Amino acid sequence: MKPILEVQNMTMDFGGLRAIDSVDLSIEKGQIVALIGPNGAGKTTFFNCITGIYTPTSGDIYIYPRGKEERLNGLKPNIVTKKGLARTFQNIRLFTSMTVLENVMIGCHAITKAGIMGAIFRGAATKAEERLIVKKSYGILEKIGLEKYVDELAINLPYGAQRRLEIARALATDPFLLLLDEPAAGMNPQETMELDELILKIRNREGISILLIEHDMKLVMSLSEKIYVVDYGKKIAEGTPEEIRNNPVVIKAYLGEEIDE
Amino acid sequence: MTAQNEIKKSILASLWFMFLTFPIMVIKVNTVTNSIEWRWHNMAIVGIGAFFLSMLWRYLLKRKEEGRKKDQSDGLSIVQRLLHERRFALPGLMIIGIFTLLFPHIFSMYQTNIMISALIFVVLGLGLNIVIGLAGLLVLGYAAFFAVGAYSYALLNLHYGIGFWIALPIGGIFAALFGILLGYPVLRLRGDYLAIVTLGFGEIIRLVLENWNEFSFGPSGIKNIPKPGFFGIEMSMHTTTIYIFYIVVVLVIFTIFVINRLKNSRIGRAWVALKDDEIASQAMGIDKAKTKLRAFALGATWAGMAGVVFASKTTFINPASFTLWESVIILCTVVLGGMGSIAGVIAGALLLILLPEYMRDFGQFRMITFGAVLILMMIFRPGGMIEDVRKTYKFEK
Repeated sequence: MKPILEVQNMTMDFGGLRAIDSVDLSIEKGQIVALIGPNGAGKTTFFNCITGIYTPTSGDIYIYPRGKEERLNGLKPNIVTKKGLARTFQNIRLFTSMTVLENVMIGCHAITKAGIMGAIFRGAATKAEERLIVKKSYGILEKIGLEKYVDELAINLPYGAQRRLEIARALATDPFLLLLDEPAAGMNPQETMELDELILKIRNREGISILLIEHDMKLVMSLSEKIYVVDYGKKIAEGTPEEIRNNPVVIKAYLGEEIDE
Repeated sequence: MTAQNEIKKSILASLWFMFLTFPIMVIKVNTVTNSIEWRWHNMAIVGIGAFFLSMLWRYLLKRKEEGRKKDQSDGLSIVQRLLHERRFALPGLMIIGIFTLLFPHIFSMYQTNIMISALIFVVLGLGLNIVIGLAGLLVLGYAAFFAVGAYSYALLNLHYGIGFWIALPIGGIFAALFGILLGYPVLRLRGDYLAIVTLGFGEIIRLVLENWNEFSFGPSGIKNIPKPGFFGIEMSMHTTTIYIFYIVVVLVIFTIFVINRLKNSRIGRAWVALKDDEIASQAMGIDKAKTKLRAFALGATWAGMAGVVFASKTTFINPASFTLWESVIILCTVVLGGMGSIAGVIAGALLLILLPEYMRDFGQFRMITFGAVLILMMIFRPGGMIEDVRKTYKFEK
């Protein structure tokens, strides 16, 4: 099967520090892939490179929309989003002075067009677009199960709901690949279970592929079809959950080396 | 216990003030007889005065604290609630409208002229409000765009004989271009850094106008700028003033209309998002550069148009009308009135421009009072006179 995202030999240096060291990764259509590793292994940096917040020092990032190859290196974050990669953030970054609905409406920014003149004269096209955004945003909220909060300020939501709202907002950009940065962080077991279902639902119903950074191993093992493990910026293993669970290198990275006597 | 504490604090404050004002209030050197006069009674006055003022001060602060606790339950201030209540808003607007229409006929020319200046500053304040209140970009050199508008009209008229009505949009467009020119290099900057760079930009424009004699006639400025015409009809001084008054009123209404529309649009939302979180809004597909430049350009446009009106009103402009002081006053109208709030900025501009005018009788105390009003406002109402409550989108099925 053809990949939809392919990262080849990506390296990211910050001055003398090599945060990511020639990492390869590929995701196929409809796959749920997890990126795991100890704290500070470079997982979030990896996300930032793909989504355009950083430009990788070397290596290539390709996406294949409609079979055509496109290189993502050096594109601005908003362009990457427009191309169909949407992300959430490890430390929640909602627009705090906006309501839940408005947060999702912002997600529609990339796929709408109204400009200054449209805003001032508010013609039929602008009005129709506005209605469409609202309808679509509400639809997404319903899907994610946040419709009861629709007019609530985003900041007033319970923690788990804020994380789900981030996902809703990302979905509004019409992505083919969703990058989730620790979506279960700080959630209680009940919320994590709901998240598990939600991610599966997004993949199964919308056919959106998912790349996931997560520390909750139960969630990772139950969801992902393929797991990449990084440590100190290097990829140390890849494979199915079963393979990763029994991989001695991975166990060493997580638990430390056994001392021979 | 607390009352005792309060009195102790007030006594300390009054002692401190007595000490501070000792050299100027008590000691008086008589140069004729070479002797020193000790005016101890002044010290007593300062001491007693400071004591009671300090009591009053703390009483007000306390009341404000209590007020805040109460406020949280109902949120909106009185003015905001009145504005939202259709029952009061409509008759209120009608009274204001009729008053504005009759204003130049009821009051003297002098009053009308002052009102025109104040309304020009209302437009400037509202324009700056786009940049600061909506997009959250702190710009300190806003008077530069005002100057660009005014000089566009003056120079275009001088060289090409272009009239007011054609110059009005051209002035706006020129200012917008300058806004983009300034905006482009400062896209990466936020907050204090942005403020400093824009401050420099404002000074550059003023210095260029002051020193480039061949272009702008330097400090001597440009004279005989024509007043706005009305289909070529000759008008007396009096009628022209009234005419300009109405032009400014229409400009204010137009500005309010546009800002209101922008606020509740895709672009307005993008500004708020960018103000809240730059990285997240970029990840949502908002083009940071384009969105910020739009704010700069739109904000500058209104300064440019206000500049054209200003030039036609005074018929004479020189760089002295566009100093840092003007930028500061415009910024004050926005901050004092309430960032982002249209009603607030209007109230702020009217207060800041009218207050010093009507206080001319107080002579030198004018500026002190002006400063005191600013300080008191910022302590007791940090959100501005009419705080902005962002109208959120209410979902209706």
